[in-house]
This record gives sequence, C-alpha cells and structure tokens, in this order.
Amino acid sequence: MATPKVCGIETEYGIIFKGGDVNPITASSIIVNAYSQGKDDLVGWDYIDEHPGNDARGYSLDDYLFPEYESQLVNTVLTNGARYYVDHAHPEISTPECRNALEAVLFDRAGEEIIRSSMQLANEGLPEHSEIVIYKNNSDGKGNSYGCHENYLVSRQTPFSQIAQQITTHFVTRQIFCGAGKVGAEHRGLSGKGANQPAFQISQRADFFEEEIGLETTLKRPIVNTRDEPHCDPTKYRRLHVIAGDANMSEVATLLKLGTTSIVLAMIEDDAFPEHLIIKDPVHAIRQVSHDTSLSACIMMSDGRMLSALQVQLEILEAAIQYANRYGLDSVDDSVGNDVLVRWAGVLDGLETDPLLVANIVDWIAKKRIVDGFAQRHNLQIDDARLKAIDLQYHDMRVDKCLALRAGLVELCAKPDVMTAMVKPPESTRAFFRGTVLQRWPNDVIAANWDSVVFDIPNQGLKRVPMPEPLRGTRQMVGDVLASSRNPAELIENLGSKF
Amino acid sequence: MPEQLKKTSQSRKTETPAVESSTSSAATSSTSKNLTAELDSLLDEIDEVLESNAEEFVKSYVQKGGQ
Repeated sequence: MATPKVCGIETEYGIIFKGGDVNPITASSIIVNAYSQGKDDLVGWDYIDEHPGNDARGYSLDDYLFPEYESQLVNTVLTNGARYYVDHAHPEISTPECRNALEAVLFDRAGEEIIRSSMQLANEGLPEHSEIVIYKNNSDGKGNSYGCHENYLVSRQTPFSQIAQQITTHFVTRQIFCGAGKVGAEHRGLSGKGANQPAFQISQRADFFEEEIGLETTLKRPIVNTRDEPHCDPTKYRRLHVIAGDANMSEVATLLKLGTTSIVLAMIEDDAFPEHLIIKDPVHAIRQVSHDTSLSACIMMSDGRMLSALQVQLEILEAAIQYANRYGLDSVDDSVGNDVLVRWAGVLDGLETDPLLVANIVDWIAKKRIVDGFAQRHNLQIDDARLKAIDLQYHDMRVDKCLALRAGLVELCAKPDVMTAMVKPPESTRAFFRGTVLQRWPNDVIAANWDSVVFDIPNQGLKRVPMPEPLRGTRQMVGDVLASSRNPAELIENLGSKF
Repeated sequence: MPEQLKKTSQSRKTETPAVESSTSSAATSSTSKNLTAELDSLLDEIDEVLESNAEEFVKSYVQKGGQ
C-alpha cells in the first residue's frame, strides 16, 4: 500500500522593478514585506527572535538605496500554513502540505492571490512611475531559469534508484500536457550550436536540464533531484523534491501535473510501474519532447522501441488504470485520483485528436494559439519581439495585463475558496495545526517550520512541538484540543501524544 | 472506475465505428469554428493590453537564476 501522497508546490516568481535602479533581492523583499506589513499574525521562519512583519515597514525611496535586505528578515509563515520568503532574488511561496493534488491547486491559486495582493500593496507605497511587476514563469529567455518545484511524500522503503529511474519516464513525457510553453530556446539545439532552434517549445524548463540525477538545483540541473530533506520522520519517509516542471497558469494543468505524478509515484511504491517503460537518454529526450510541438518525434526506450511522448503517456495511463482497479487510489485520495484519471485520459485524447481541443487546459497550447494567431494577424516574423512579449505577458500577475487570464482557461477553484485559502490552512495535514496556532496565538509562536512549532510559554520558556508525521495535526486529530485550549500552555498540556 | 474512463479505455482497444467517427469530426469542426471566432476577439484584446514597447520590454526582462 503506497504512502499517502501528501504534496505541495514551491513557486519562485520572476520579478522586475520598473522606473528605478533596484536590485531584485530588494524588490522581492519589498514584495514579501508589503504583505506582512500590518499583519501581526505572521511569524518568522525557522529561527528565533524575529518578527518579519515588524521589518521594513513604511519604507521610503531611501530604503531602496540600501544594498540588500537580510534575506532571513523576509522569511515568513502565513496563517494558511504556507511559507513566503525571498529565495535567490525571487519572491517564493511554498504552499502548505496538502492531502491531494486538487487541494494543492487551491493553495497554489491562493499563492497567486497573495502575490497579487503583495504587488498591489507594494506599488501603493512606491514613488510615482515606479512599479514592481511579478511573473509566474520559469525563464527570462536569456539563459536564466527559476523553479516551480513539487514535493511528494514517498516511502523510505522504496529504493531511491527505482523511484528515480521510473519517475524520469513520466517527467520527460508529462510536459505534453503540463508544459507552460516558451517562445524560442535557451539551449544550443539538438544538432549542435545554433542548429534546429525551435521558434516555440512546449516547456519553459526543459532547456535547463543537463543531468539525469543529482543534488544541484541551480547549475547543471538534474531531471531527478536527490535532495534528501524529508521535513518529517526520516526513518519512514522521503520527500521527493521535483525540479523538472513548469509553473502553470492553467489550474487543470497544475492538477494534472500533481495528480498524475502522485499516481505514478504510488504505482512505483507498489511495484506497478511498467518495468520496460524506461527512457534510454532522458536528458536528450526531455529537450527533444519539449522542442516538438507536432508531438510526433519518437524517443528511444531502453528496450529499443521508438515511442512518441504521447505513446509513452498512453502506456503509463493504461498501467495507471489497471493499478487503480487492483490497488485503489486511497493514497492519492480516491475521488481526486479518479477525477485525475478521467482528465488524464481526456487530455491525451485531445492531444491525439487535435491539440486545439485542449487549448483551454494546456498552457503551451493556449499560449501557442495566441502567438500563432497574433503572428498571422500582424504578419510577423518568428523572431519578432512582440511574440516573446506575449510569452512573458502570458504569466504577468497583474490582472489587467495577464494574457493567461484572457485565454479561456478552465477554472477549478471558486474565488471564495481561494480567498479563504489565503488565510486558512488545509484541514487534513499538519499544516492545519501550524496555521491555526499562528492565527490564534501569533504573539506566542516565535518560530515555525515544516516539522515543528516553537512557543514561548510564560514561566516555562521555549516549548517546541515536533510534527514528524505530515498526517497528524489535522482538524480531525487536534481540532477539539485547539478549540478547548485557552492559551498555548494549555494547548501543550492537552496535546499529549497527538503528534 | 468512473464511467467516462471505462469508455475511454474501451475505445482505445476497439475499432471506432464509422458513424461515431463522422459525428466526432463534425463536432470537432464546429468546435474549431467556435475557437476561431473566440480567438479573433482574444487577439483584439491582446492588441490592446500587450506591452506597448515590446522590444524594450523583452530586452529588459532579465532575471537572476534561481533554483
């Protein structure tokens, strides 16, 4: 029986400062601090004696002249259980741990709204003609990439080599429905320098992968990242840290990205992934698939077969359906898992029949449709800057500028639910405990992390509540205790062995 | 297994009947027409909201590498 696929998404957003010479670390800090400003229920991440909400309040232009903010000053935990911080010169939001892929979509959307709100608050305080603009993408088109990472809970018992080899097949081919699309290329091409550069490719990120497996995330990026930092009981679990994905604007694409990957990981844990379905040269193949918008290029499998990415996906889907029949989909939440299977079959069918049929759920097709239509309407060459501008602006987080919001993408999350998810945690993971205590006792919680919360209890000093189990600390398990405790001291006494 | 999935799974294994195929292509053609009309109005909107100096915008969009 596979480990429950607790999951989450970390998104590093692109950021530019218009109308001033402000470095991106400072701009990112202004963004995160703007959100913290005036909120007294946000708490510092992972260290003691800091209160990020108190920092950089009421900044003026003079503040921008300071070379850099200490990045630890802009590292906050939100009441929805998420982490909001500055990482590598980008504002980044990690969603709270979610019980299933659909919940992760909701909290990813909440993250977008937190970014929009931050952008608005920050810009209100900027001098006239200055503006910070944020983009949910992964590449600047000039060789610089920043990530949208996924995290999945997996069993420590499954050999990592097996996970790595088998999940690679999915990572290389899932792009065809969860790629975000890119005008141009940032890799020298498949046939040597400057040769065969695609005018448009499926993925934002594929150009940047140079290794099959490794620890790096910023250089020589590997398709499978080996970071072993489970943020939970390391004797039972791993956290698979996935760096080989694009940030999606389409909610259905995000659902498919996380939903299909959760199912495939469950299959791997239960030894149900087709053993022969291994790609011979994944680093070559990931770019090959990305560069082929006709979906016809064939990649070589280790058993000698030549299959298109679509054919590989159809085989994985078929195995997933058999897996679901035999083992059930409890590990990914049964109802969400079944919905993902239906949508997975639907998107592959659409891609096979006519990709334009899925332009309302697949980002790269939605984007390509606009790029192609615009080029045709204005009779543009493929290297016209306006086409690259469309690519970038597809991901613009400003509502009045964002092209993705105009592309007719299907929405999964109701707006009121997204608004709630900006401030309230998911109920079915330990994020419920983290978010709820932050909301109730912001002044008594002095630090929080994925797997612990530290309280300052009068006359008792610091008390750390460890949370090694991602599925403890849920509303079902601690909701009553939280509701009946009048203060953190009582809470800690009442918690007993709830974790 | 959900009903839709049963159908999808079966249709992959069996020959698609001719009549179903023609219905499906008629539906596709009608969808395509709707998509074209919708694309026209989408492009009208993009003409209005696209960054006015595209060349400068694209040139100045430079990021520091991240993870």
